[in-house]
Amino acid sequence: MKVRFWGVRGSIPSPGPRTAKYGGNTTCIEVRTGAGDLIILDGGTGIFALAQSLMSQMPVTAHIFLTHSHWDHIQGLPFFTPIFIPGNRVRLHGAFDPVTGQGVEQVMRVQLQYSYFPVREVELKADLEYVTLAFGESVTVGSAVVTPVLLNHPVINLGYRVDCDGKSVFFTGDHEPHYNLYEPDEDGYAEYQALIDEQRDAIYAAIAGVDVLITDSSYTVEEYPAKKGWGHGTFDSSIQIAQAVRAKRLYCTHHEPTRSDDDLESVFADAVARYPRKPGDPEYFLAREGLEIAL
Amino acid sequence: MGQITAELDKKLLAAVEQMPAFPRSVQRILELTRDLACSPKELVQVIETDPVMTIKVLKVINSSYYSFPKKITSVSQCVVYLGFNTVKNLALGIAAIGILPKHNGADFDVEQYLLHSLSTASLAKLLCGRVGHAGLEPMDCYIAGLLHDFGKVVFAQFMPEEFSAALALSRQENIPLHLAEQRMIGADHTVVGSMLAEHWQFAQPLVQCIRHHHSTNVDTGVMHACLFLANQISKQMRYGDSGNACIETPSAEQLRYFGATSLEEVIPSESEMEKVLLEAKTFAQLENA
Repeated sequence: MKVRFWGVRGSIPSPGPRTAKYGGNTTCIEVRTGAGDLIILDGGTGIFALAQSLMSQMPVTAHIFLTHSHWDHIQGLPFFTPIFIPGNRVRLHGAFDPVTGQGVEQVMRVQLQYSYFPVREVELKADLEYVTLAFGESVTVGSAVVTPVLLNHPVINLGYRVDCDGKSVFFTGDHEPHYNLYEPDEDGYAEYQALIDEQRDAIYAAIAGVDVLITDSSYTVEEYPAKKGWGHGTFDSSIQIAQAVRAKRLYCTHHEPTRSDDDLESVFADAVARYPRKPGDPEYFLAREGLEIAL
Repeated sequence: MGQITAELDKKLLAAVEQMPAFPRSVQRILELTRDLACSPKELVQVIETDPVMTIKVLKVINSSYYSFPKKITSVSQCVVYLGFNTVKNLALGIAAIGILPKHNGADFDVEQYLLHSLSTASLAKLLCGRVGHAGLEPMDCYIAGLLHDFGKVVFAQFMPEEFSAALALSRQENIPLHLAEQRMIGADHTVVGSMLAEHWQFAQPLVQCIRHHHSTNVDTGVMHACLFLANQISKQMRYGDSGNACIETPSAEQLRYFGATSLEEVIPSESEMEKVLLEAKTFAQLENA
């Protein structure tokens, strides 16, 4: 299995000299099984370069899994060139939206409206299929098994675990570890804490022992208090999850759009220094556009 | 009363499905959510105190789309799973279904109805406290009072012509409204109200209480007695109006819970009544904001 980052930026594309090293495209990760099955985690702007890399391989069958429907995770979908070419198969997987009562098909329908994009959904030439996923129910993709895990973000966000040939990858999408709404001396604190603990344990159980863990690490611990409730993690929360689930390698992603390459390396180094490595601890890395991990 | 037809049953259930949340919580939710950084805690509280909101949020999360290991039964659980923002937007969506209209095709005064319901709710809670019956929650009596006439709102909103005819018949012949409803609609508001409570998966005693709130020959226990008496006291004191001026005589069994032999003996003291009216008015006034 191979994992390749095509976009590692959060919120909005941030091209330019300050981000040239880690890249400015928003989230997109390619996972290739040993048998060549193509799994794409999220369709941020990074998916356009991935699409171009596929042009010599037509026809393709692409299994796209959306963690959630925020722009930085879907914006590249209309530029995923294979959707315009007959003979290609694209299966788009994602969550049900409880607020609108719609499944993942909503994502394309909203983006491909006449006023916003010249091609309408009905004019797409590929064989396009929508799969709305239920939490915890695995989907088989060729030789791989993909399992959606409900995480915590302002919209429903599914993390995905991909298991294939005895190796595993987990990508959080966007995730903020749950926190208690109540103060310790308030009614409801203990009850709420019990719910949080239960949910955290369920998440950890689903991620347990992955070879590669890719997590939302938008903020530093210093920045976090001002961003609490926005649905993102910190470098520290990512390291803590990686340690708790005994992941082998952690890749921090969803880099804050205003953070330059130098700043990114500096805040990452600060965080890692707070967790001196003990035997069995994961290795910590920054996700970088173009980086490929072989498993 | 005869069996209601399958067609009517379907129509009523559809109406119940569309019932909006209570205006007070809608108002509060709109206020709270104006602030982007609104307090999750406060919003959870507002949702928790509105049965329509609560049940609609729970219904979404318990839908077949999500496979949680157990049934989700609290708003807090929804927040942990769906996230605060999703719950907030669900609540806003539910709020947007429409605040109960002040005017409807049936000329049913929703404000007066609400004042009657709220005062009945407070009275039922007060009476419950007086009986001090083990295992009976004063808040259950409050909810019974709040919802006992909810069927009328469903009628007014979704069957305005028939309900209007029932209101007129009740006035002309000076008969209780539920009897007029049975003649003009084929079912009365106790049936719709209990369907609603059933639909919301409320406890059976509460459902039965609403179903029989005009019966004295069906004994559904002390909560039923509290509701029955509270309803009559509210009407006698003219705290609001829900289209039915007829005061019904409680049964000897219902009065016995309070060691009384007549409705008059059960009526709370003047100062207690003032408190009840004030509480009801405070709640109801928010509707007009």
